[in-house]
Amino acid sequence: MSQTKPYRVSHLDALEAESIFVMREVMAEFERPVLLFSGGKDSIVMLRLAEKAFAPARIPFPVMHVDTGHNFPEVLEYRDTRVAELGLNLVIASVPEAIDAGLVRELPDGTRNRIQTPVLLAAVEKYRFDALFGGARRDEEKARAKERMFSFRDEFGQWDPKNQRPELWSLYNGRHHAGESIRVFPLSNWTELDVWHYIAKENIALPSIYYAHDREVVERDGMFYAVNEFITARAGEVVETRRVRYRTVGDASQTAAVLSDADTVDKVIDEVAATRITERGATRGDDKVSEAAMEDRKREGYF
Amino acid sequence: MSQAVLEPDTSAARGMDLLRFATAGSVDDGKSTLIGRLLYDTKSLFSDQLEAVEAVSAARGDEYTNLALLTDGLRAEREQGITIDVAYRYFATPRRKFIIADTPGHIQYTRNMVTGASTADLALILVDARKGLVEQSRRHAFLTSLLRVPHLVLCVNKMDLVGWDKEVYDRIADEFTSFAAKLDIGDLTIIPISALDGDNIASRSEKSPWYEGPSLLHHLEHVHIASDRNLVDVRFPVQYVIRPQSTVVTDYRGYAGQVASGVLKPGDEVMVLPSGMTSTIAGIDTADGPVAEAFPPMSVTVRLADEIDISRGDMLCRPHNAPAVAQDIEAMICWMDETAPLRVGGKYAIKHTTRTARTVVRGLQYRLDVNTLHRDETADGLGLNEIGRVKLRTTVPLLADEYRRNRTTGGFILIDETTNRTVGAGMIIEAQ
Repeated sequence: MSQTKPYRVSHLDALEAESIFVMREVMAEFERPVLLFSGGKDSIVMLRLAEKAFAPARIPFPVMHVDTGHNFPEVLEYRDTRVAELGLNLVIASVPEAIDAGLVRELPDGTRNRIQTPVLLAAVEKYRFDALFGGARRDEEKARAKERMFSFRDEFGQWDPKNQRPELWSLYNGRHHAGESIRVFPLSNWTELDVWHYIAKENIALPSIYYAHDREVVERDGMFYAVNEFITARAGEVVETRRVRYRTVGDASQTAAVLSDADTVDKVIDEVAATRITERGATRGDDKVSEAAMEDRKREGYF
Repeated sequence: MSQAVLEPDTSAARGMDLLRFATAGSVDDGKSTLIGRLLYDTKSLFSDQLEAVEAVSAARGDEYTNLALLTDGLRAEREQGITIDVAYRYFATPRRKFIIADTPGHIQYTRNMVTGASTADLALILVDARKGLVEQSRRHAFLTSLLRVPHLVLCVNKMDLVGWDKEVYDRIADEFTSFAAKLDIGDLTIIPISALDGDNIASRSEKSPWYEGPSLLHHLEHVHIASDRNLVDVRFPVQYVIRPQSTVVTDYRGYAGQVASGVLKPGDEVMVLPSGMTSTIAGIDTADGPVAEAFPPMSVTVRLADEIDISRGDMLCRPHNAPAVAQDIEAMICWMDETAPLRVGGKYAIKHTTRTARTVVRGLQYRLDVNTLHRDETADGLGLNEIGRVKLRTTVPLLADEYRRNRTTGGFILIDETTNRTVGAGMIIEAQ
């Protein structure tokens, strides 16, 4: 912990201390926690916090990737490297496998954001996970602004925003009956900028797509989508090479890049500090469906 | 919007500190407008958020852009035009990062305000200059003092609608000051503002030359919070025992936790409660290496010189400065459950620091009317949003301080063991 004045704690140190406290609470009170690890920056930061919370011991729980099958290769590679470095047990909840097994059906538009929820819930049931760490932040989206640090989910994984447990001081109520679970959000109070400041402070490596690079893209609904095996140019769309980076990393068929020259962490911080559009607004086709798109998905068991 | 716009934080921001504040008031007081203004003036409001709000406002036929829609994120809130739950909002200036717990004024006001205030360094209450103090203002001030929020700011809003009349402001300020004097409020600041026009928000306004205090944002940035922490009484609730099962790190046994109060140093003699055994701090570890001191709110791992049986729920303190080890607790309780009232004889789970026990309600001394502060000694229970003084007996001792001295070791929650709901929040008055 860095201090400049006696007993002074910077906001990043305070956020880190809170997140570590939350992770230790979960480890102390739950039997089978798991950390959702997508290879996105928030889950990468969460994994770093888990490393710090239990040092010098190893991270005492497995990580799970809900794999839509629509991946950025750089992100998958990062995931596997990080899991090996930390000696973690990786559980993959695969949407393509679930489609093959008939658990879920591919939607007509080919998007898999919605159908990943039943796949996640099936994995929770199979492994009997009782606490699931997610990297969601309250600053991301207005439904998430009302989310608890410990978010109770019933046996169907559903979130009931009108019936949430009050959360006072740092006393988290994780009690649940068999089959129910708690979603835990250690980064609740972090902003996108906090995450980037922390990545800089901790010198955390990220998948390369978070930094500016040249990529073939098409412009669609005001966003820039990479042309790859999941996205091809539609009639009238022009494929062009632009300098872009990803602000969020989700399903590769749904996540857009932003035009950017920020190729270092400090340049990204300057860019994020100056931007006037939220990261989800700038990059996620899935959130633009309706005013309550996120709330609806969360009610069904999404993060 | 005409006010000076502050630059957002950049790399220098890594050194800023954190202030959590709770806002209370109803839509009518202009609270949402004020929050929208703070976010706008600190460049924390994003254009896609603003566009979405403008579109919804237009579709609903609102006459002006309803900034309440920024925080009312749930479908039911939008449909009913009410705020259901505490919303958390974030903004930063070069000096500080701020977390706002925005608590609704009407629905479930007590439960939500108590929740938001429990972690707040500062509470911000709004009144409408045309209406002056109302019942709700007094209630919010009382809850601020009950939860011992160290700093209180009263914003006298809509000063533009009373022509920036100093007398109107003085009358409200005087009345509130004399009311607050009865409540044991540590630090009170009163600021005349217009949230709609941005006066006295980001910078001092020319419209109130008679007002000599700071703008709201200046006050939020500079209010001294460092000494609000208790650095005197060493309290370290043990959260989790770290014992690596590893051939690389052998014989490591560390007690992980977040410092509740006081300053811990290697070499310090400590007492472990409830056993009363003493030892010496051998080292204080973090993942970044050992530290010379640990103080709130640091999360650290403490190693002791002696092998003592210590587990989650135990507490490290100093031999001559220890909390009570108590099974009989007197506390103010705020009841939060709509499905069943608190009853004398009722049994609940109690969670206090890292310790969980069971408790029975031995007695209800009185129920407090939060508007009049009248004590009703004939009450036989506490319903939703009611506050009263109770006597509890716990199955195992709690390691407890008075809430007025220590918000972390003085606060607890009650949990219904059947439904698992969090049903009550407690603030310890006496523990023995």
